[in-house]
Amino acid sequence: MANILVNAPKTAKKGDIIEIKALIMHPMETGFRPGTNGRIIPRNIVEDFSATWNGREVFRMKMSPAIAANPFVSFFTVATESGTVVLRWSGDGGFVAEHPLAITVT
Amino acid sequence: MTRLRLGLAAAGVFCASLALAQAGDPRRSGYQEMGPALRKMQDDDTANPAMLFVQAGAAAWAGKAGAAGKSCADCHGDAAVSMAGVAARYPAVAPTLNRAVDLDGRINLCRTTHQQAPALASESDDLLALGAFVALQSRGLPIAPPDDPGLAAVRTQGAALYERRQGQLNLSCANCHDDNAGRKLAGATIPQAHPTGYPIYRLEWQSLGSLRRRLRNCIVGMRAEPWDYDAAEYLALEAYLMDRARGMLLDAPGVRP
Amino acid sequence: MPAPRRRAFLAGAAAVTLLPFAAEAMPEALAAAIREVTGGAEPRTGKVTLDIPPIVENGNTVPTTVSVESPMTAHDYVRAIHVFNEKNPQPHVFNAWLSPDNGRATVGTRIKLADSQKIVAVAETSTGEFWAASAEVIVTIAACIEDVT
Repeated sequence: MANILVNAPKTAKKGDIIEIKALIMHPMETGFRPGTNGRIIPRNIVEDFSATWNGREVFRMKMSPAIAANPFVSFFTVATESGTVVLRWSGDGGFVAEHPLAITVT
Repeated sequence: MTRLRLGLAAAGVFCASLALAQAGDPRRSGYQEMGPALRKMQDDDTANPAMLFVQAGAAAWAGKAGAAGKSCADCHGDAAVSMAGVAARYPAVAPTLNRAVDLDGRINLCRTTHQQAPALASESDDLLALGAFVALQSRGLPIAPPDDPGLAAVRTQGAALYERRQGQLNLSCANCHDDNAGRKLAGATIPQAHPTGYPIYRLEWQSLGSLRRRLRNCIVGMRAEPWDYDAAEYLALEAYLMDRARGMLLDAPGVRP
Repeated sequence: MPAPRRRAFLAGAAAVTLLPFAAEAMPEALAAAIREVTGGAEPRTGKVTLDIPPIVENGNTVPTTVSVESPMTAHDYVRAIHVFNEKNPQPHVFNAWLSPDNGRATVGTRIKLADSQKIVAVAETSTGEFWAASAEVIVTIAACIEDVT
């Protein structure tokens, strides 16, 4: 199970613009670095990050090898209705991780 | 989320107290040598990469391990209570071994003795995570090395190592960190080398790491032959450095370049 | 020699399309990556704030935030933010896709910079405009680092 740290409010008023911050542990190996044997260490990055609010995509990001290890993302989204925000990461080697957040909107 | 809010509040309080504590004390933490962007990264518990390890450490604290089937929590309860001040007073003498150990060594002693679990490998994610979680419980507290005569010899050895010139560049730790602290070495500011933030998320490593790992980097940087990973020299240096930093506030787990 | 001719061309173009966007100072890979996103159009300078430290202690983890002034309404919002670099082995940093659902066109992350270089952020609006900002970052490295062995 991936190590994920997320900061998002648990409650919001409808129409509030809330900030979601997410950190995931991942080496983000660029594919440009030589290892100790002189051979290039194969690329291993998170390539896609997305956020859905009750299934509706509200944010998507494509990461390149230029994103730092243990990638951090912060973005904003408008609080519409109570439900679940799902954050999803996917990348090389079939890597997939998801993190659901419950938000109550009044 | 309460823990998170408390963490954020504590971080705010901590920054203020760090500023206050430094008034009048000529000693500066490596934290103060960093630019605003990195200090901000460290201060925000929701964005400090070291907190990923702390989170894993909190889970490990609660997890049963070893033949005894015990978790850290089974003996130590709430870490915020039982571990407060612990990281601030290591290295210390382990009575059962009658020699000094650092915090990682103490954690492994607990694992092997009380949990009957195998020791965690040095610099392993598991050991770093537990070490970061335990160190966090002393954040904001002053470094308080024990007044234990059993530590005197190892501190003296550490002081001698700190002053000794070594390697191809014939430099001692003191040449940079005492004589030239605050000046630039290439583009980097030379810190005073107080271990207030360990274990640190070092950007150079893109990972969390121990003081021992950092000391090895120093020695390689000096173009000297690094001692074997488990050499007693590192412990001696750690004991000396913690004594030298006595009274400075811990800001573990820190972010450092 | 290609450079002065291109400079002259762009200076001429600048008079028409309001381009103080130092395109001629860019390596081809970076310029090509920007053109790929804008379809050849030169972005205008403005509306985009690229918040990145001017000097960093380590290029491995550089906090970066891109903000774009926009009402973020159905009629006028930022559709995408594209960030590029000048000297890494490849020119892309990240792409982010937005909609009025975001309320604010601000994206933060941490990036890797191989060397001191220029970073460019291009915002694409729903009305088909491209706005950009660039920043120069000086990357220093720590003095005592790990041996790979």
